[in-house]
Amino acid sequence: MDPRLTLALLGARATTLAARLTRRGGGTAAPGLVAERLDPAALRKLGAALAGGALVVGGTNGKTTTAHMVATILDKAGRRVVHNRSGSNLVRGVLAALAAQSSLGGVPRGDVGVIEADEAALPAIVTAIRPRFILLNNLFRDQLDRYGELDHIATRWRAAVATLDADTTLIVNADDPMLVGVTAALPRERIIYFGMAAAEPAAVDRRLTLDVLPHAADAATCSRCGGRLAYRALYLSHLGDWFCPACGNARPAPDIVARDIRLDGVKALSLSVEATGDASAVNSSLVIRHSSFPLHVPLPGLYNAYNALAATAAALAFGLSPGEVTSGLAGFTAAFGRIERVALEGREIVLALVKNPTGFNEVLRMLVGGGDADAGLATPTMLIINDLDADGRDVSWLWDVDFEILAWGEAPLHTAGIRGPDMAVRLKYAGVAPGRIAAHPPGELRAALLDFVRAAPAGATVYILPTYTAMLEARGILVDLGAARDFWQQ
Amino acid sequence: MPATLTGLDLRIAFLYGAEMNIYGDRGNIIALTRRAEWRGLAVTIEQVGIGERLTPGYHDLYFFGGGQDKEQIAVAADLARRDNGDKGATIREAIEADAVALTICGGYQLFGHHYRPHNGPELPGIGIIDVTSEAGPDRFIGNSIIATPDGDLVGFENHSALTFVGPGAAPFGTVTVGAGNNGRDGTGGARYRHAYGCYLHGSLLPKNPWFTDLLLTQALARRHGPVELPPLADDLERAAHNSAARRAWATR
Repeated sequence: MDPRLTLALLGARATTLAARLTRRGGGTAAPGLVAERLDPAALRKLGAALAGGALVVGGTNGKTTTAHMVATILDKAGRRVVHNRSGSNLVRGVLAALAAQSSLGGVPRGDVGVIEADEAALPAIVTAIRPRFILLNNLFRDQLDRYGELDHIATRWRAAVATLDADTTLIVNADDPMLVGVTAALPRERIIYFGMAAAEPAAVDRRLTLDVLPHAADAATCSRCGGRLAYRALYLSHLGDWFCPACGNARPAPDIVARDIRLDGVKALSLSVEATGDASAVNSSLVIRHSSFPLHVPLPGLYNAYNALAATAAALAFGLSPGEVTSGLAGFTAAFGRIERVALEGREIVLALVKNPTGFNEVLRMLVGGGDADAGLATPTMLIINDLDADGRDVSWLWDVDFEILAWGEAPLHTAGIRGPDMAVRLKYAGVAPGRIAAHPPGELRAALLDFVRAAPAGATVYILPTYTAMLEARGILVDLGAARDFWQQ
Repeated sequence: MPATLTGLDLRIAFLYGAEMNIYGDRGNIIALTRRAEWRGLAVTIEQVGIGERLTPGYHDLYFFGGGQDKEQIAVAADLARRDNGDKGATIREAIEADAVALTICGGYQLFGHHYRPHNGPELPGIGIIDVTSEAGPDRFIGNSIIATPDGDLVGFENHSALTFVGPGAAPFGTVTVGAGNNGRDGTGGARYRHAYGCYLHGSLLPKNPWFTDLLLTQALARRHGPVELPPLADDLERAAHNSAARRAWATR
């Protein structure tokens, strides 16, 4: 019993209760702030109390979905999981989540932790929690006014992983040359690499590979010599089978490989996973045996193939069997707002969060590829762009997204949100015929949503692509209209 | 003055487009291209990268955007090289001969004399616009408006450098929202002949169409003589400009 920790947990609980009573919503970070004030070591203590160890998930895109997948797989396999499920991923949000899932004596109601960490907060979180595993999924350009430049994040991650004990294993996307640079100084046996294997060139699906680096991708440079990287296959943003023509640096051979990826429109995907059987860490309890098994994932888009592969690598590292991974993912539902379907006035609304250039590109690729790729987008789509802190205050990033993919097709495109007018201009300059653009003025989202939904024929499917706070706002309106549930009740 | 613009060509050099393309600065290239093509002009864009040569006297308009520190250092080193053609001298001669340049953020700094970081060696610029830049104590992040004699420019600034305009250049305008060049003297951007520099991302040109058209007019005049661009339906652009300006005042 640690009186100071108990006091901190009491404080967190009282704060949560007060927030619920005053109906101030989910109350996801304030209890963490209170707990931290009362016991600055609370996060370290709660992390250390997880008997089966913790997994910290980092990456610009897909960390909520990936963490959610790992937690679901572990849960279905009978492990008791502590997880910051609401996606509150700064230090205080993580602390609040752990506090809420622990007894007042500081005993977690679970034996494994699955912790999603914000990019900027990841060094502090892993330094406090000392996780058994760190999963690094990708590093893309995000809303840069929030985090500073990408190189800066990579440098801080490199410094953070260098300080960890030898029994922390890194699970790293080998297809991301920046991440391989982050972990390059660690011994190979402390790293589990995952990555994709290219299809036969003749069978290459345009939705699976790219001909050139998208504009949103940073110049891919070699972390060893600074030279320009080349790709044997390029899958998504700067992720692919990369090599450096100048110095010979190249993608490490992945331990966990995805093959035969099949995308089923906006609904699902499948792939086959091969564990090569080479991954074993210094920690002798970690041995991933050779196996090969199919995965069906009820989520769309190539980016979710990466998330599923990452989650699979983590689950195997926790000692789960291929069968447990397969059945855990089969019934998976998307994390809040990432991809959701709700019904309103007889129309089906597919809501997909867009939060940065790479994410936006991948969602567009998925939507346009959902039908006949040559016909372009046929489904009415609304883009809602806000510029609050959580969205990124600078909307410049819209000019890094390849909206030119929308110039083909007949679908009406509605724009709304605080920076909806910027979005409308972006579409016009992407070559979308002005007659297809319906620009709703800022500040009238409810009217805009209803107008958009009612303009589609009854029984139709429509897409809504909001930025983060626009998603909260749109969802609030949809909840109000009876179409969706509060996220913290899920 | 040519009776029609159709068939006239415009040659744009996108300086270091692979390295210096942060914060959506390529939106400026898109805006220039579209608004030229909508008038029937033929546009060619040549991306000129590290180690590549710039053909003297060829381009009508140079665009130079911002980049991350690592890339900006590599680009400054390339600009200082003389063994693959002196790109700085080529651009300087072009500006003296009425070519046009738009430079943003890091590109603006490198069009000046130098950028002096907190630690690390000074980055030499090509000294076309008489400005000097040095690392400052704070980062200026936010919506910003520069009032110029020809109209307002609205965009988003994100820099920690302090830039000072020397006697050989003129401030582009007065900063009415945001920090502008340095947060101290009220100036925003700088210009010398038809070379313009400022810290506005956004992207800048799409929602400031009057400035895009000014750049196009000046760039076309270099080889084709004075032209008058026919007006375009700019409802969406004006709405974006106005809403961004309101947002700038509301968030300042």
